[in-house]
Amino acid sequence: MTLLQIHEPGQTPLPHAKRALAVGIDLGTTNSLVAVSENQQPLVLKDAAGHGLVPSVVLYQAGSIQVGDLARAALKDHPDRVVVSIKRLMGRGAEDVMRVSDTLPYELDTTTGGMVRVKVGGRVLTPVEVSGHILQELRARAERTSGREVRQAVITVPAHFDDAARNATKDAAKLAGLQVLRLVNEPTAAALAYGLDKGAEGTYAIYDLGGGTFDVSVLRLEMGVFQVLASGGHVQLGGDDFDRVVAEQFLAERTRMVGSEKLGPAEIKQALAVARTAREHLTHHETGSWPLDLGGRITWHSLDQASLNTLIAPKVEETLAIARGVLDDAKLEAGDLHGIVLVGGATRTPLVRRRVGEFFGRAPLTDIDPDEVVALGAALQAEALTRGSDALLLDVTPLSLGLETMGGLVEKVVPRNTTIPVAIAQEFTTYQDGQAAMAIHVVQGERELVDENRSLARFELHGIPPMTAGAARIRVLFAVDADGLLTVTAEEVTTGTRQEVAVKPSYGLSETELTAMLRASLDHAQNDMAERVLREARVDGERLLLAVDAALKADADLLSPDERREIDSQCELLRRANAGADRSAILDASDALNKATEAFASRRMDRGIQSALRGVAVNTLAERVEGAESGPNGRQGH
Amino acid sequence: MNATNAPACWSCGGTVEGMFCLSCGALQPPEQQDAFARFGLAPDFALDVPALEKQYFALQRRMHPDRFAARLPKEREYSLQHAANLNDAFQLLKSPVRRAEYLLALKGKPMRGSGEETVDDPEVLMRAMEMRESLAEAETRAAVEAIAADARREADEVMRDLSAAFASNSLGAAGRLTLRLKYLDKFLDDARERRGRVAA
Repeated sequence: MTLLQIHEPGQTPLPHAKRALAVGIDLGTTNSLVAVSENQQPLVLKDAAGHGLVPSVVLYQAGSIQVGDLARAALKDHPDRVVVSIKRLMGRGAEDVMRVSDTLPYELDTTTGGMVRVKVGGRVLTPVEVSGHILQELRARAERTSGREVRQAVITVPAHFDDAARNATKDAAKLAGLQVLRLVNEPTAAALAYGLDKGAEGTYAIYDLGGGTFDVSVLRLEMGVFQVLASGGHVQLGGDDFDRVVAEQFLAERTRMVGSEKLGPAEIKQALAVARTAREHLTHHETGSWPLDLGGRITWHSLDQASLNTLIAPKVEETLAIARGVLDDAKLEAGDLHGIVLVGGATRTPLVRRRVGEFFGRAPLTDIDPDEVVALGAALQAEALTRGSDALLLDVTPLSLGLETMGGLVEKVVPRNTTIPVAIAQEFTTYQDGQAAMAIHVVQGERELVDENRSLARFELHGIPPMTAGAARIRVLFAVDADGLLTVTAEEVTTGTRQEVAVKPSYGLSETELTAMLRASLDHAQNDMAERVLREARVDGERLLLAVDAALKADADLLSPDERREIDSQCELLRRANAGADRSAILDASDALNKATEAFASRRMDRGIQSALRGVAVNTLAERVEGAESGPNGRQGH
Repeated sequence: MNATNAPACWSCGGTVEGMFCLSCGALQPPEQQDAFARFGLAPDFALDVPALEKQYFALQRRMHPDRFAARLPKEREYSLQHAANLNDAFQLLKSPVRRAEYLLALKGKPMRGSGEETVDDPEVLMRAMEMRESLAEAETRAAVEAIAADARREADEVMRDLSAAFASNSLGAAGRLTLRLKYLDKFLDDARERRGRVAA
């Protein structure tokens, strides 16, 4: 019998024997969170310092990738190695992004078409890979805190995310080794947390202003049914935009002070970081001033709450205009609502709270931390999907789906705010005599003209039998699944010629690209795994040393001087091995120490039994053993 | 696939009752049914919408893909189809206009392509124009509400007449009433939007 075998029942660390855990992940523009739920009690997983928020910031260095606080801290000195706000690029094409803005904090790789790629720390990465790295970190955090394996997740996305961005999110999860149980819309997840936790019933609006995206959803909550009535939003509107107007103001001031400078993505990232600090400060203070250090030249900038409000007011009003449209879609007025729930860090902004309150005519609810509520809802849904639940979630497709018809017009097939899953078929016909093929162009959006909507996919239906124009019957089926993902099937009805596409290509990754990335991330995962087993070996070694130490303090008189020397030297060897990075050396030294203490352990057992027989309370012995097991405090036992 | 007298479970060959297998509990593929039949109803215009909604939620609780996240791919696929069918059927039946149009189609008298029908009754036309005008002129919430209340009363009347028309199988009259209801529906939407925008 060895010292280590004296374990409290249930204390034995056996991570692999336990059930795998399904988690809820809020993959945010600025911050991300991971939460778990058991017995409908969701909990955000925190690090040792008690922080639940993981900044969605990634630092790329030669041979290492860091996610979170460390990466954010590196922004100041190495902005060129850090990626921020990658969510804004999810599902976007390169040209797409160039058009959106010229002051983006990314250095883009323009040599390839298709999906946009960022250049950072000497690498060229797709947003899918960067998001994959963030998800990997969240997964690792969940595994560290729970001691269980994590392979499945519910991941939240902005309600307004289009098909390409949803697919990109799923691909990122795949790279991080996660199976997506369901993509859930962020405001819906928030409603789930409120409905199940706060027992909300009635019709609610969820106003979700995050770092980079804005969503507003109207839901009916009734007897465990969460029914989204309407949803709307903007994928490029959030706290980041507040930062941008503030940064622009600071940079304009700076130009007046020091003359014009050449600003690259790195400087823009720094200016945005300062603007963010200023904005967050003004949430709780009237005024402040901040240094902007670009290229060693420092300028100071001050701002008060009133000026901040003036700067961001247009953005805030934009969100309210969207909210009005969503109420119209739901056929409701502000007064019909039972409550309005605030979600997302940017809703802490005093102006946002005030204007939302005025618009809806009631004080918004903030019972649940607006930073955590989405992750908590996701965790609840992860539990529901893996363990079962009585709640029913009925969500909608946020954007209309349609086809290009003659003259560059759009024929809507699935209107926005249709409850999903849904399958709607529409028949089209040929416009030329003997036409043998038909091009199918699938678009997403609300505009009448094809060019103003998002192009999702193009494919051709071949083999249409020769007929006069208008005689062929082409049935196009749009099927949207519970994740909001679209599959389109086209069929010539009279002959049954079929063509099917899971809508993906336009801005997505090809299968080969994804496979290559997956392989690369697996190599990475192997490194992570090696690191993990090494750490486990160290922890076990440390634990053994503590146990021996405690035993020696208690019963050293049971050993001869030779035995004692042998144990001491084995302890020293294990200590040295533990300081190194060779796992097998640690395991060997642990084994050797275990052997060296075998006789000692059985003598202690005998003494324990004898003292028990002599009337010494058994629990004194038990305490001693426990003390030795429970780490540093055990040393003080005697 | 076909609804025969004794359907066998696709998974275990056992006896099927309703949508599930009695032996192994597997979800069965959906059948070809009209929207009414999906909720166990006979095709009729008169319909208790709150009761329909309860039935819809109850069925979705059993069929929704969220219930089958951990099941076999085939069951997941069937659940997706069931849920999509239910969503479609519910949306269709819930709306009086769509329900009326659907019934007309079921009974072999479909209205022509949507949006192209015209009202030829001069009295109805005149009334419609008056309503539009008064809505455009209404500048207060109370004025808009009064106009909307009138339109709602008229819509309720049309619905009663529609029920009667379908009950006596007078499909020509039902078609004309459906058109009027469609117009009133649109008018009420516009009135609601207007109400949200005028001063209190």
